[in-house]
Amino acid sequence: MIPLLDIENLAFHIGDKRILDDLCLTIHDSEIHALLGTNGTGKSTLAYLVMGCEGYQPSGGGIRFKGQAIDNLTMHERAKLGITMAWQEPVRFEGISVRDYLTLKHKERDPSLYIEMVGLSPELYLSRMVDRCLSGGERKRIELASVLALRPKLAVLDEPDSGIDMLSTQDIIHVISLFKQGGSAVLLITHREEIALIADTASQLCRGGIVCSGNPREVADYYKSKKCLACVGEVCDA
Amino acid sequence: MRELHDLMEALGDAGGDKTILENDEIAHLVASGHKLLSMKSVEGLEVEARETLTGISAKVTVKEGIKIKNPVHLCFGIPHKKGTQQIKMQVKLDKDASAHFIAHCIFPKAEKVRHIMDATVEIGENAEMKYSETHYHGLYGGIEVLPKSVVKVNRNGRYFSEFILIGGRVGTLAIDYAVAAEEDAVAELTAKVFGHGNDVISIRERVTLAGENARGLIKTRVALEDEATAEVTGITEGNAAGARGHVDCLEIVKDSAVAKAIPIINVTNPLAKVTHEAAIGSVDKRQLETLMAHGLTSEEAVDIIVRGVLR
Repeated sequence: MIPLLDIENLAFHIGDKRILDDLCLTIHDSEIHALLGTNGTGKSTLAYLVMGCEGYQPSGGGIRFKGQAIDNLTMHERAKLGITMAWQEPVRFEGISVRDYLTLKHKERDPSLYIEMVGLSPELYLSRMVDRCLSGGERKRIELASVLALRPKLAVLDEPDSGIDMLSTQDIIHVISLFKQGGSAVLLITHREEIALIADTASQLCRGGIVCSGNPREVADYYKSKKCLACVGEVCDA
Repeated sequence: MRELHDLMEALGDAGGDKTILENDEIAHLVASGHKLLSMKSVEGLEVEARETLTGISAKVTVKEGIKIKNPVHLCFGIPHKKGTQQIKMQVKLDKDASAHFIAHCIFPKAEKVRHIMDATVEIGENAEMKYSETHYHGLYGGIEVLPKSVVKVNRNGRYFSEFILIGGRVGTLAIDYAVAAEEDAVAELTAKVFGHGNDVISIRERVTLAGENARGLIKTRVALEDEATAEVTGITEGNAAGARGHVDCLEIVKDSAVAKAIPIINVTNPLAKVTHEAAIGSVDKRQLETLMAHGLTSEEAVDIIVRGVLR
């Protein structure tokens, strides 16, 4: 079976600095794949490469989506294929209402449905602007709602739990599970073990490469055991 | 009444409500060039208007304690290719009065047109005035718009003004507004302009926070494309204890457009506080990428961002 996302020997360098090197990762339809790793290991860089952000072109290897090479596609072409992304810190927009933001590409969809999915009231939020008046947590939830409303084949979620209070962690877990229920696969970047454990598979990224991959419980334990010495500042032989 | 018909048709074409003249509960004043075409008042609103050689001179008073329910519509314009219109307005809101004025300035065929607005406004104690001015210009760019106003907001009065020119070519625009806010008064000035072609935009707004605890905001949003230019000067003076002011300017530039922002903050009382922020640049990269990740092309994304800023 052709994987939904197939990353082969991906390398990304900035000047002489290797950010990602020989990275391989596959994600299948409706699979949640958690990506663990300390700060600066290249998790967000990988997300940007999958999404095709400006300035993120592979230095080597490549990314295939449903068997199609996507390295030369623009962001919106990738979005048309069904890839989308929620940034760790979503931007604000002046003059764009939550209602409009949730139906940017699909005017026929009911935004109330998606705003409720992330635990917000349509009456209170749909007419508000996606601007500085929203708190960080509200903005984050609205971003997740907008990604749900796209009904993507692959959603790249870069730390969806950051900026959200601990009491709301269960809400976020619920939202992530909604992606899977709706048929979307998720590349889930997170630092929280309890969130990573809802994934079907997980990988630990370190110094630009996958050092451990498989069952989320095992990967989380491996991560916590600090067997990867690079993660604690030493030469890694994992 | 061919001119009245043409002017109202142009208003309708621009998305305005051309039926406002038929409603007995809505006051209005309509002038084409220097011809006074229609006028209606409501209880508590006094309007004295007369034609001058080059335009209209009007004195508008809202009597003490009167709160005008429906917005008062002012329709000014020139439906022809050429002409000059000079409007002199004297507006006074007596104590405890309130009113919302909506000015429609309609120049659909302007090739060589000059529109001059010269207004003095006085807001009485505890009174509130909203003034929304929307321009509908054609595509030729042959228009010169020179709005000037001097506003005094007395104790605990509130003045909110909004100038919008985002449809059609701007031509040459030179806004010159000055507002003085007394004790506990509030003054907010908003301008939103979209320049194209070789449009030339100059916006100069000054808020003087003269009284204790006066509040002021100058908010400017400008988008420019092609070879348009804009210079935005926002001046706020904090001259009394507890006065709070803010100047907020955002300009988005595309193509070969050139934008300049000059925030001027002048505080003469140590208990006053005035802040400013100004940002000029192309469309924010993160905003653009976020919308593209939602499936929009870069052109669609830029359009949505610019329309949002000017909304």
